[in-house]
Amino acid sequence: MQVYTMFDSDEKGVQVMDQGRRNALRMASALGLVCAGSLLGPMRAFAGEWKANSFEAKGLANALKELGVDSYTMSGEVSVISAEIAENGAVVPVSVNSAIPNTEYMAILIEKNPNPLSVAFNIPEGTEAAFTTRVKMGETSNILALVKANGKWFAASKEVKVTLGGCGG
Amino acid sequence: MAEPMRIRAKLNGDTVEVKVLIRHDMETGKRKDPSGKVIPPHFIKTLIAKCKEKTVLDTVMGISVSKDPFLSFKFKGGALGDKVTVAWVDNTDDTRTDEATIS
Repeated sequence: MQVYTMFDSDEKGVQVMDQGRRNALRMASALGLVCAGSLLGPMRAFAGEWKANSFEAKGLANALKELGVDSYTMSGEVSVISAEIAENGAVVPVSVNSAIPNTEYMAILIEKNPNPLSVAFNIPEGTEAAFTTRVKMGETSNILALVKANGKWFAASKEVKVTLGGCGG
Repeated sequence: MAEPMRIRAKLNGDTVEVKVLIRHDMETGKRKDPSGKVIPPHFIKTLIAKCKEKTVLDTVMGISVSKDPFLSFKFKGGALGDKVTVAWVDNTDDTRTDEATIS
């Protein structure tokens, strides 16, 4: 069921009669993609930019630097909620929230993952600074919730023990 | 074409709670298949949720979000019957948009 092998299939064996139908199908799906693309166009314009530098940064210090964080304050108004022990590092449920007024941005970083930044939220007015998701953890590590509010950075962290890593092959 | 998302949007007082379950491999690009070939990265990069044309969530993701991502969040300003639209784009420019009605 591995998608990347789909083009290795034995296409030469397909009978000529089938070819017309296959081409038509291909064309139809290509058209479908184009339509979806144009509909989504305006929507994409609002997307927070995906920055390779921050997601591919190695180590917590580099990741924070790429996010533009010079220093941050640990805050009791920010929390990371997760189980103490994660049996499966591939699926670690985690909730982060911030009670700091005007929280405009939150990110989840896994300190000991090769690339610590996992996910980041730009928070529009009217949306609560509270999210639940699931992340992969390679080993036991602190999960850091990073918050930007009123131009300042805050954070909270919680250690999660991983018994089976989620990044191996 | 990607499989549909499962979205639930529930009104509770003046707040809408949205839960999104996405079908996606979220492949890191660091794993190998049994023959030793590196499995290419395949992961969602951006996800946007909207309600009545207003963006209610704007997310960027990396490879360490779990396979079949789950996300829940809350926003104010939605009413019963309004639609919440969620759209994602992955690193292969594949994309999927689904919607749910606030109940």
